[in-house]
Amino acid sequence: MSKFKKIFLSAIASVLLLSTSAIADKIKIGTEGAYPPWNAKDASGNLIGFEVDLAKELCTIMGRECTIVEQDWDGMIPALLMRKFDAIMAGMSITAERQKTITFSQGYADEVASLAVMKGSGLGSMDTPEGVNLSIGGADVKKALTTITAALAGKTVCVQTATIHQNFLESGDVGKVNVRTYKTQDEVNLDLAAGRCDAALAAAVAFTDYAEKSGKSVVLVGPTFSGGAFGNGVGVGIRQAGDGAIGKRDVKLLKDFNKAIDKARKQGIISELAIKHFGFDASM
Amino acid sequence: MIESFPRLLNATILTIELTLLSLLFGVFVGAFFAVLRTSKVKILYFISYYYSYIFRGTPLLVQIFIIYFGLGQVEWLRESFLWVIFKEPYSCAIIAFTLNTGAYTSEIFRSAFETIQKGILEAAEGLGLNKIHTFFKIKLPIAIKQSLPAYGNEMILMLKGTSLASTVTLLDLTGVAKHIISTTFRPIEVFIVAGSIYLLMTFIIHNFIKILEKKFDYSK
Repeated sequence: MSKFKKIFLSAIASVLLLSTSAIADKIKIGTEGAYPPWNAKDASGNLIGFEVDLAKELCTIMGRECTIVEQDWDGMIPALLMRKFDAIMAGMSITAERQKTITFSQGYADEVASLAVMKGSGLGSMDTPEGVNLSIGGADVKKALTTITAALAGKTVCVQTATIHQNFLESGDVGKVNVRTYKTQDEVNLDLAAGRCDAALAAAVAFTDYAEKSGKSVVLVGPTFSGGAFGNGVGVGIRQAGDGAIGKRDVKLLKDFNKAIDKARKQGIISELAIKHFGFDASM
Repeated sequence: MIESFPRLLNATILTIELTLLSLLFGVFVGAFFAVLRTSKVKILYFISYYYSYIFRGTPLLVQIFIIYFGLGQVEWLRESFLWVIFKEPYSCAIIAFTLNTGAYTSEIFRSAFETIQKGILEAAEGLGLNKIHTFFKIKLPIAIKQSLPAYGNEMILMLKGTSLASTVTLLDLTGVAKHIISTTFRPIEVFIVAGSIYLLMTFIIHNFIKILEKKFDYSK
């Protein structure tokens, strides 16, 4: 083997080693950095938000060193599977569909979803109950869904791609809506404000946060949604138990996160952080 | 996996549509600015020069973002009749792609005309051909022959460039591939299938240009 070849191969090998998080004992946590107040970036590009603070607290409790890395939302689960990082904390709801591919810790916070429109929109008044829990069902829920179906018929509703909100709109629960998907929630907000979307669906806090920061007259309409397609709260996403040492490590990581979340909850850390970032106690 | 294949093929129609429309409009835009470039009126020359300079000097992604998300922020545009066009991601994508490919096409045309040797034109004059005849019988065929290889490249680049339509919510081949990945979490398989479809289309364009090149090869 020539000298050049040796250097070249060892360079490749070291890059591969560095990029496999499985080797190091550090925990790498992936987040989006574009879904305030869950996770976002400040003006100088540092990751901030509820989950960034919570991740640091959980790592302190676990006594492990953590790094938080940024990952586009639509590649979040593939990146976890490719071991770019070990855990997801990105406002990701625990849903049956995602559980086919990855596993989740217990939930640490819950969010309700809501439709939003621009003030003065024709969709402004919908006669529905305040909250709709799809898991409970019943006549009230059915009636609410019928009302929403009628209101949204032929309308363009914007959502972030690969979200529970997209799944709900495509589930047929609200008829055939013209769904438009975006890479980030920021883009959804922009197009809602520009008038390209008749309505948008996301976590209610994502809209209230945007309205507050941008000064745009975005208002919530209709009921808040939970349960069913909207999942069971937000948890830490971790790879499913695999083979060998790495598989064992993932199983241990899941246990560690569950314990740490228990502790943080008991100490009131999650509530405190939730109130700081959301303005209300979204912890669970 | 297999059930997603028809969805990808269906999305290919939009990709082809975007490519063909952009190239069609782009040829006219390109020809227009190539003519301006030969103008002796300085202002016309500079308009053409800077149009091509700006659209070749910035990424297509930036251009499509400015036209879609950027112009969407302009209040008076939203209140004008133009909003009918700029409201839709489809027309915004076509505009961005047309302006981009138009810039490259204008350069291809310009250089093709510039390579025509003076001797040939003098010969045409000597034969007593008038200006219109010289243009259509001599200049244009030579220019087309000259620009074919470069324009074939541009067609392929434009085809691949349309994948950026997915960034403004359009469900073209790339957009649908991403959509499928978001529910199956299998990027490798889906992107390989999507990539193969692009490759097939490139293959067709490549051979189409080859045939044309043969047709315009006067030395044989």
